[in-house]
Order: sequence, then structure tokens, then C-alpha cells
Amino acid sequence: MSESLVVHPALVMIAGALLLPALRGSARDAGVLLVPALTLAALLALPEGDLWQMQWLDYQLAPLAVDKLSRLFAIIFALMSLAGGAFALRQPSRLEIPAAYLYAGSAIGVVLAGDLITVFLFWEFMAVGSTLVLWSAGTPGAWAASRRYVAVHLAGGVILFAGVTGHLLDTGDASFTRMQLDSVAHWLILIGFLINAGAPPFSAWLPDAYPEASWSGTVFLSAFTTKTAVYVLLRGFPGSEILIWIGIFMIFYGIVYALLENDMRRILAYSIVNQVGFMVTGIGIGTEMALNGAAAHAFSHIIYKALLLMSAGAVLAATGRRKCSELGGLFHSMPLTTICGTIGALAISSFPLTSGFISKSMVTQAAIDGHLQVVWLFLAAASAGVFLHAGIKFPWFVFFQKDSGLRPPDPPASMRWGMIVFAFLCIALGIWPDPLYALLPYPVDYVPYTAAHVITQLQLLLFSGLAFFVMLDYLKRTPTITLDTDWLWRVAGPAVARVFAAALGKLRTALSGEIDHGFQSLALFISRHRQPDGLLMRSWPTGSMAWWVMVLLLTYLLLYYV
Amino acid sequence: MNAAEHLPALQVVLPLAAAPLAVLIRHRLTAFLLVLAAIWSAFAISVLLWLQVGDSGPISYAIGNWPPPWGIEYRVDALTALVLMLVSGVAAVVLPYSRASIEHEIASDLHYLFYAMFALCVAGLLGIAITGDAFNLFVFLEISSLSSYVLIALGRDRRALVASYQYLLMGTIGASFIVIGVGLLYLETGTLNMMGMAIRLQGLTGDRAVLAALAFLTVGISLKLALFPLHQWLPNAYAYAPSAVSAFLAATATKVSVYALLRFYFSIFGETAIFQRLPMADFMLLLALAGMFLASTVAIFQQDLKRLFAYSSVAQIGYIVLGISFDSVTGVTATLVHMVNHAVTKGAIFLLLGGVMLSLGGITLTRVQGMGRSMPLTSFGIVLCGLSLIGVPGTAGFVSKWYLILAALEHGQYWLVGAILSSSLLAVVYVWRFVEVAYFRAPLPGDEVRREAPLSMLIPAGLLVVATIWFGFDTSLTVGIASDAAQELVRSGR
Repeated sequence: MSESLVVHPALVMIAGALLLPALRGSARDAGVLLVPALTLAALLALPEGDLWQMQWLDYQLAPLAVDKLSRLFAIIFALMSLAGGAFALRQPSRLEIPAAYLYAGSAIGVVLAGDLITVFLFWEFMAVGSTLVLWSAGTPGAWAASRRYVAVHLAGGVILFAGVTGHLLDTGDASFTRMQLDSVAHWLILIGFLINAGAPPFSAWLPDAYPEASWSGTVFLSAFTTKTAVYVLLRGFPGSEILIWIGIFMIFYGIVYALLENDMRRILAYSIVNQVGFMVTGIGIGTEMALNGAAAHAFSHIIYKALLLMSAGAVLAATGRRKCSELGGLFHSMPLTTICGTIGALAISSFPLTSGFISKSMVTQAAIDGHLQVVWLFLAAASAGVFLHAGIKFPWFVFFQKDSGLRPPDPPASMRWGMIVFAFLCIALGIWPDPLYALLPYPVDYVPYTAAHVITQLQLLLFSGLAFFVMLDYLKRTPTITLDTDWLWRVAGPAVARVFAAALGKLRTALSGEIDHGFQSLALFISRHRQPDGLLMRSWPTGSMAWWVMVLLLTYLLLYYV
Repeated sequence: MNAAEHLPALQVVLPLAAAPLAVLIRHRLTAFLLVLAAIWSAFAISVLLWLQVGDSGPISYAIGNWPPPWGIEYRVDALTALVLMLVSGVAAVVLPYSRASIEHEIASDLHYLFYAMFALCVAGLLGIAITGDAFNLFVFLEISSLSSYVLIALGRDRRALVASYQYLLMGTIGASFIVIGVGLLYLETGTLNMMGMAIRLQGLTGDRAVLAALAFLTVGISLKLALFPLHQWLPNAYAYAPSAVSAFLAATATKVSVYALLRFYFSIFGETAIFQRLPMADFMLLLALAGMFLASTVAIFQQDLKRLFAYSSVAQIGYIVLGISFDSVTGVTATLVHMVNHAVTKGAIFLLLGGVMLSLGGITLTRVQGMGRSMPLTSFGIVLCGLSLIGVPGTAGFVSKWYLILAALEHGQYWLVGAILSSSLLAVVYVWRFVEVAYFRAPLPGDEVRREAPLSMLIPAGLLVVATIWFGFDTSLTVGIASDAAQELVRSGR
């Protein structure tokens, strides 16, 4: 491999993102497809090892370090950008694809970084890129969401940075290797990572922001932030037991909220949290099988989740509606979208012969191998839950169910191809998992298609499918109430608030007088000093400046002589 | 004798001679070319001197071949080389910019005067840095000050006159304090040569006249430095001066005063016992912190962008002085790195603001709203520099704050880390005010079309913006020289 081929793929992507706004017409369309393709080519040309080294302050940096794990994530990120770019080709916002490529390029930068400083730098760029993607939707909802989103991520960035700084000062070594949870710095790094993974108690940013993006923006958003977090956890904290329980919490959080939800894209957003939960659990288990499973699951998850969001995006673009209760019966006029969406739904439910089956089962298998019965039980129960909320609920209410009377056509060719390619990949990986297994960080000693695996999985799916249709009447009622979770805000929330209010009432009245007074005098103080003639604002007369000179001189003399 | 030996003299003489020539010529293009040639060669000389210092250690040059105790000595060490390159480098960038900029700000029959004063100011600042003679330092300080009063007064805004007048009064008080201090030192030591003073001061512990000299020098230099609360001349002077002058002074004038402070503190008083037992550091720390917080807070409420960034300069000087107050190699390194980084950053901002002034005719926050659309490059440049003021990683400002934090930790003062970070948050606020106005408000009617400043202004400004980012990644130049210089300074003090 000659030296000249060592091009940083993330920089290819980011440079492309910066060039795209200058292009117009078919040159731009070609550019949209070419940039990720070139990135992928640059990536495949890289040998393994620390390819770039540089010195920054007193630290040795490795901005480009390749091993199997980082290559796996970088490949899927580049693939995702390619399919996402194709899907978003007809998106009217000119900002979105460049922003998405900046975002994707930064994500690739994180996974190819061999040191914590580079990780942090690209981490922040990722926050900027994703905020811009969200922003480019151009709706007031997206604007408001982007502000909350950026606040959470900047806060996460600050926590991460504090952790990285502490780590540097403790060890003097910037390289990004496995860390133990033995110091405050490492805990801060873990928290910074987990915020991006959508872990509790910060998981709310994800379902809050993602559904507000444009029909194509959500596709990009779903892929990078959480999966980059999975990658850094894989590299930094494999086998940290706390991650098992955080992961399981995320799995059930996702399921419960997705079942209560009515907005089709919000259902899918909750299911991201749920699926990332599987990966985080795998990282927490920490055996080679589990880590392989987490990596493989991230790979296949990106594909089927993007596919699901593409089909939801196609529906949204065609109908302008997001709520399950307003949709239904679309299979009449959108057959292709229905098929692709259903394939995505089957894959997320880990149906045999889909990509979800060959990856998620590795995590469950690792739980069995590690004799973690409780964890296994949770995972199995969750698998059934996934089928309920994403595998059946999403396609059933959107494409089938009652006929809503809508007859929108299938989306234009560029969007169709994005979906077809990913649908194909979902099935292909399910049938021939070996190419994916070959990319995994550890040697794979796992056969997905044994009779026991297939039968267990089918039983699970069968019974939860049965449960869905048995309880359909109950689940159907969901759409008639606009939002099930509303209950939380409307009934439970105020009830809790009343209890608190009663308890805190006296305290509050006592305090509020004080606080009001404090704020009033603060406001008065500020307004007094904000005015042009305020103490600090006005230009002082020369005399008072000279007076200060004397004061200072006397102070110094006093200090010296005493 | 070959010319290379006379580089230290040429460093100052070239711009100094260009000034009267420019006045004699009275033709603005010729004057411009002459001064440009002088300043660009001064920059080249400063780089050569730096290389020489790197090769063969400090250079001592006796003016007129009179050896040091009798004649004036020019002395170039790592610190001097750094300041020389900074001053002449910024001047070399600002001068080409000024040609288009003063076209709109200064009456054209005064242009030759502008160039003459500019050359004189550069000569003065370079002289302060290079001289090894305490009285000579005062002379150059006066040369640079007097010429900068004229430069500020050239501003078309009539408030420039008042600002310049105030600066003149305050500057003169400062200069007299410095000359009193130097005089007292001369009385006590019998020499004006800095090295000589340093040696003789070692025997004079507890001498009241020496203490008074130190106090006078500290206050005098603090005034020129715009250390809180002696900063009040600065915002108006920067705000109403012509754009090129604001940029040049913001980038260099206070930085050279920092140099003078370091020189007096570490090279002259450093080896005496006085310095160590005075509560100096604590008091400076206090003033630095007050500057960081109060000036940043005041900056938040400014309406005029030039004033906003002028107050931010006062705050940044707080960081610079904070580094000195640690009295350690890391602390002084932080000071020097921040001196360079802030010079580059602030220089870039004021150059960009000059372009805004030219295109939009005003730089109040209400005037520039929506300029993200009409002047995308300029706005983006200001935002990048703003990030550097905040200290975002990947910009120059981060590197200097990093060293400040290291110095604070080294000192065991953890609360200071919190103070540095929280004052950075104030910078976030005032930078965000610009971002919000420039990007999230609709442009004023008539501003929708693109109208960037002319290229002759954009390119110099762009150079400094690139340098702001460059020094955030490649720290070998800034931190390299700064830590060498800091080691020399603090070692000579221990």
C-alpha cells in the first residue's frame, strides 16, 4: 500500500460537505452520491494501524487510526451516507445534505480517531452538524427542538471535555484505549458518551428532537450520534457491568414509550433507544461474543432503522401526516414503501432471514454463555416487546389497519432506490451473514441458524404477534386518544404536582418573597448599570481615571511598605 | 562589518526613518509604498533575528559602538524576538489593509500623515521591545504613545478627539510614572542598563526608594496595559479610532506593555529578594480576576461592536496578567502564548469590523443585524475569532487557556480553574449576542444583497483569522518560543 493512498476519509466527507453548496443541478446530484462513494473508497484503501501521528501541546495524537472495529463503523457510516444522500436527493432544503455530510464525516472522524482529543473535536463537530440537519427542516417545531438538542449536546460535550482533561492530567497520555471506572475523569467521560447514546436520565433528547427533522433528516439523525456513542463505549468501556443495567433500562424505556406513542416517527425514535439498549447491554457483558454482537447489531441496526425511517419519511413526504391515527391503508397505493417498511419491521424484530436475527441473537447468546440468566430473561422479553412496538405496530397502523382513504403514490425514484438498497441489505445480511461476521473485531464462532435459535425466536415472535392481535382492540384505542403519554402530563403530572405543591406550599410562599425581592433588586441593579450612564458603562471623566491611578499607586506603596 | 550584525539597529531604524521621509514626500501612494517597504523589511529582520537567537543565543548590540554601561545596548533574546515578530508581523498585515480602509475614514490630504505616524508607532513599539536600556525604553514608549494619540485622533468620528485627549492625559500620567520609576532606579543603582540594574539591585533589599520605583513602574505600566481598573481610556480609544488603527493598537500596544511589565518584573527585579516577599502576586491576581469578570460583563451590555470587543480586550488582559501572577514557567508561558493568540484574534476581529464599518456604515448591534447574509465571510470570520475568545478547542484561544489552567493546577489553585471557565462563559454570552444579531435577525432593508469588504481588506483579515485557527492546531511556533522565553525569564529570576 503506497503512502499516497492514505487519505483521511472523514476529511473527504467534510470537504465534500463544504463543496456541495457551491454546486447546482446535476453536478450537485452527482456530488451528493460521489462524496460518500469516495469516502468509502478512501476508507477501503486504508491499511490498519496508526496512520497519522502528530504532536499537539504535549500530547501524541493519532487522528487516523484504523483497526477492525473502527473500520466496521466507518464503513456502515459511509454506506449510510450514500443511501441517505440518495434518499434525500430531492429534499428542497439545500442545507440538509451538506449538514448531514458534515455530521456523517465527523462521525467517521470519531470512529477513526486514535486519541481522545481528536474524538472530542469530531464529537463537537457532530453536534454542530446534527443540529444543522435538524434546523434545516425549517419548521418552528424543529427550531425549538434544535435548541434543546444543541443544549443537551453541548452540555454533554463539556462533561466529556472535563473528563478528557482530567484523564490527560492524570495519565499524560492522550491515546484512546480501554478505561476503568476508577477515577472521576473516567466517570465523566462515560457520562459524556452515555448522553449521546440516549441513556437515562438524558434519553429524552432523542425522541424529542429526531421526529422534528424533515422527512429525510431523521434518516440521517437516526444513524450517527447514538451509534458513534456505541462505538466509543465499545472501545473505552467494554465489560463495565453498569452498562448492562443501563442497557436494559434503555430497552424497556424504549418499548414502553413506543407502545404509548402515536406519532409514527416518534415510535421509531423510541425504538432507537430500545435498540441501542441491546448494544449497550452487549458492551456491558463484555465477552468477545457480546462485543461482536453489539458491533454487528449496530451495523444492522443502522440499516434497518434507516429503512424504517425512510418508509416513514416517504409516507410523511407524500401525506404530510405523522400520526398513526390519521394514517392507514396506504398499501393500496404505496406498495413498494409498504414492502420496504415491512422488511425493516421484520428486521428490527429479528425475524430469521433478516439482518436483525443474525446480530441481536449474538447478544442474547452471550448472555447465555456468561450464565447471566436474569439478563437473558430481560433480553428475551424485550425481543417480544420490540416486535410489538416496532415490528407490528408501525407497519400495521401506517400501511394496513383501517382505510384512511389516502391514496398517495410511491415516492420518486431517488427515494425508492435508497429504500430498495437497504431493504436488499437487510435480507442479504440475514441470509449471508458471513461477510459481516468477517468484518467484526473478534473472530466469530457463532452459527445463527441452528434449529434451537430459529425456533426460540419464532415462538417469541409468534406469541407476541398473537398478543398484538388479541389486544388489538385495546391498542387500537390508542389512536382515538391523541397521545397516550398525554395522560402522564394531564393527569399524573398535575397529581404529582399537587402533592408537591401541598408539601412545598408553605416553604414556597416563605421563600418566594425573598426570591422576588432578590430578583427585583438584581433587575434594578442591572438596569441601572445597563443604561448609558451606569457606573460601569459610562466613559469615565479623566479626573476619576487619574484618581484611580493614585488609589492604585497608594495601594501598591502601602502593600510594599507594610 | 556586514549587515547581519546591524540587524538589531535596522529593526528600529528602518520604520523610524521611514516616518520623516513620508512626511517630506507628502504624496500618499509614495508614502504608503515607502512605509510598506520599511515595515515588511522590519518583519523580515525580526524573523532573521529570531533565527539568530535560536542559533546562537541572545544578541547584544551596542549602539554607536559604545559598550553597554556607557552606551545604549540593544538586546535580543527569545522574548524580545517573539514581541518583535508579533509587532512587525501585525503591522505588515494591517498596513496593506489600511490603504482601502482609511480611504473612507481619513481625509485624503492627511493620508501621508497617517502612514508617517503608523511607521513611527511601529518604530516605538519595536524599540520598547528591543532596547536593553531602561530610559531608552521610556523614550520609545513616548514615541509610540504620541504617534498613537495622533492616529486615534485621525478618526472621523468627533468623539475620537475626546478619546485621544483622554488617552493622552492618561498615557502621559503613565509615562511620567514610568520615568519616575526609572529615575529612582537610576538614583539607587547608578546605571540605566537593565542588566546592570538587575545586578546592583540584588544588594538593595528593603530599600524604600527601590520599593517606590517598583510601585511607580507597576502602576505606570498597568495604565499602558489597561489593567483593570486603569482601563478606562481603552474602550473609547479603540472604538473611535480609524479601523486600521484600532486593529493595530488592539493587537500590539497593550501586548508591548505586557512585555515591559515582564521585563521589569522578571529581568530587573526578579533576582532581588524584594520581589518574592511582596504580596504582589495576590494583588495582581485580584485585579486580573476583576478585569476578567467585570470587563466581560460590561462587554455583554455594549451596543457598539468595537466597544464590545474593546471591553473584551480588557478582560483578556486579565488572563494575561493572571498568568504573570502565578510567577512560574507555565504561568509566564500562558501569558506569552495568550499575548500572541489574543493579538492575532483581536487583530482579526477589528480588521473584520473595519470591513463592516465600510460596507454597512455602522457597527452597532442594531445596524449589523442579518449581516450573516450580506457579509457571510466577514460574519463567519468574526464568529471563528469569537470562538477563540471563548477558548473553544481547535482555536488559538483554547491553547492559551489550557496553559493558564495548567499553571493554576500546578499552583494548586483549583478554584481558579473554575474562575477561568466561568469567565469564559461570559465570553460565550457576548459572542452569542453577535451571532444572534448577525444570523437570526432579518437584514435591514437594503442589506439583503451581498456586499463584502474589498479584497484588499478581506485578505489581510483572512490571514489573521487563519492564523487564529492555525495556532489552535500547530502550537510549535507559539508555545515553542513562549516556553523558551518563559524559561529564560523565570530562570533569571530564580
